[in-house]
Amino acid sequence: MGTQLMKGGSAIAASAISAGCRFFAGYPMEPFTALLEGFSVQMPGAGGTCINAESEIEGINMALGASAAGARAATGSCGQGLALMQEAIAEAALNELPLVVFNLARGQQDYFQATRGGGWGDYRTIALAPKDAAEAVEHTQLLFHLADLYRTPVLLYGDYLVSGTYMSVDTSPRHYGDLAPKDWALDGTLGGTRRSRVIWTWRRGKVWDPGPGPDKHWQAVADKYERIAATEARHESSRTEDADTVVVAFGTTAPFVEYVVEELRGDGVRIGWFRPVSLWPFPELALAEATESARRVLVYELNAGQMIDDVRLSVTDRTKVVPIGRVSQDESGLKQGELLAVDAVRERIVGHLDPRRPAPGARSGRAGQRGA
Amino acid sequence: MTARGTVVVDVERCKGCELCIPACPPGVLVMSDQVNGHGYRFPLLEPGCTGCRACHDVCPDYVFEVYRFTAGPADEPARPGVA
Amino acid sequence: MINTDVPPAEPNRRIAGFSPELLVTEEHPLCPGCGHPIAWRMLLEVLEDLSLESRAIGVVGHGCYTHIITTTDIDFLQCLHGRAPSAATGVKRVQPDAAVFTLQGDGDLVNEGLQETLHTAARGEAITSIMVNNGVFGDTGGHMTSTTVIGQRTKTSIDGRDPDRHGFPIPVAELLCHLPGAAYVARGAVNTAPSIARTKKMLRRAFELQAAGAGFTFVEILTMCPTGWFVPAKDGGDYLSGSMEAAYPLGELKGG
Repeated sequence: MGTQLMKGGSAIAASAISAGCRFFAGYPMEPFTALLEGFSVQMPGAGGTCINAESEIEGINMALGASAAGARAATGSCGQGLALMQEAIAEAALNELPLVVFNLARGQQDYFQATRGGGWGDYRTIALAPKDAAEAVEHTQLLFHLADLYRTPVLLYGDYLVSGTYMSVDTSPRHYGDLAPKDWALDGTLGGTRRSRVIWTWRRGKVWDPGPGPDKHWQAVADKYERIAATEARHESSRTEDADTVVVAFGTTAPFVEYVVEELRGDGVRIGWFRPVSLWPFPELALAEATESARRVLVYELNAGQMIDDVRLSVTDRTKVVPIGRVSQDESGLKQGELLAVDAVRERIVGHLDPRRPAPGARSGRAGQRGA
Repeated sequence: MTARGTVVVDVERCKGCELCIPACPPGVLVMSDQVNGHGYRFPLLEPGCTGCRACHDVCPDYVFEVYRFTAGPADEPARPGVA
Repeated sequence: MINTDVPPAEPNRRIAGFSPELLVTEEHPLCPGCGHPIAWRMLLEVLEDLSLESRAIGVVGHGCYTHIITTTDIDFLQCLHGRAPSAATGVKRVQPDAAVFTLQGDGDLVNEGLQETLHTAARGEAITSIMVNNGVFGDTGGHMTSTTVIGQRTKTSIDGRDPDRHGFPIPVAELLCHLPGAAYVARGAVNTAPSIARTKKMLRRAFELQAAGAGFTFVEILTMCPTGWFVPAKDGGDYLSGSMEAAYPLGELKGG
């Protein structure tokens, strides 16, 4: 397949198909729509099914059924549509069905939704936040692997940049390790053998082969998420070892922060950046270590303060943590607004550096001023 | 009247719903005065059963087996299975 | 009284009393006089008569009838309230040779899952949708559903369903008849032996049409819920004929 220039939404679909995804159902909603279109065009040729579902709830439940029958299945929307899907995500967690859910979101205001979830029960959702379409292509295949490995719903948190940007990508299949066969999947063939299967959140099993029941099962599911938390945290960071200031950002905001940090380093500022790649499990230990000797931890997210909760939980001295972002949407409401820009990032970072020592060659004349 | 069939009643399985009583076309089922181990009354059979199996069909609890008398040697069961 | 403890000594042929092989135990916790076990029996007999034991996948909603998944030896997916037709769509698309059916009560299908049902039928998905309709949410203790008939007492229509206060019931089978994707729509009942026999034929036809790729098939089965209806168990059959059949006429409504 090699590298080709593709629109993000199409590339993610191609990557999912390379990972063996053969069922997708979704409902159009901007900026997720490009992904639905990508699957709609590409799935038939791959021998799979793409259904333009009549509602988000129907789409995710179709994907649950497909997963129960043994296929790699996915669905998606933006955060507004994912809000409708919360019950089904919890259902997949509690009846242990692999499911990949794409949030091509309207901005960064879905962090709580992605990491806390709005369904019932003690469950978590592995959530990866790519910084661009190319990383999304990689994460897509990794997510299908993790979903099958742990038998859990998993989430990709992207946005209009991930969905709409044309990038040079390689969507050919990647291998992440061998997986156990899905002998739990339903195909009807064990009917009448006393080995027939039941997929059920309450796991009471059959009268001749009882299951653990809700209490033991839901505890076992919770224990599984503890194990995932210990092994699947991912992050990226740079220049934090000798940094006075560490800036934390996720998703497509992070490259802007990275760019400004490198510039400021060039001006002699002792600054670094930290990007959680997995929003859950949040890379707490890595962040604690990266910020141990920093004097301030600036959190740049385009919302009213969501990831900052996890930053405060991770950083040893939480008084160091300062929010420097805010809600920022453009006039359409469908994508990030003016704060997704290098100048805005620079102004807000510089405004929080040590006021006794203005940054040399500061491009902003407003050092020391907290951004509005 | 000559009975053309008869039933076997699993007394302990009965939940006393009495749906079999009106379902019996010759009306030969009556509820007992006694109760089973669960406290439910159960059906008793008076003479005149035709072996029509309506009682079995309307029962939610598999209380009835139904037999038809045959003139000659016993035939194969109509529907093989475990009681 | 005739001795009914043991089989007769005279030459005989046993003609009834066989429970389906797939039903591993005939015991169940449902109320005396509940119609659901009779509907289950018809379903399982049809699966066995059509030799679908090793191809059947059931997608089951939430209600008293859910218990079938623990006593029946076939593959089951227990899914969210109302969502069975969507989940069954996913199952059937991935396992097209399986005999895929949904089993839902009236609350599950007509309340929570009305749009799922209509959309799945409109798409002509080759699944068999089975609704056990007793006009009440039995599992939650007897509350009004979208099929509770006018005048019917439930805990949330304690003086009887009144159109001015509670609106009108929805006859979903009649709605489905209008959709080209619905190949077969039928309504049976399990309160009399003749109805039970006719209901079994409806189920059989539905599964045959699924296997033939005809599209969406739907069988509604009126069942008794004396507990929910506040009637003695022995009156459940008459209540069904008197109240429910008037609102929900029996028969093959489409594709018969």
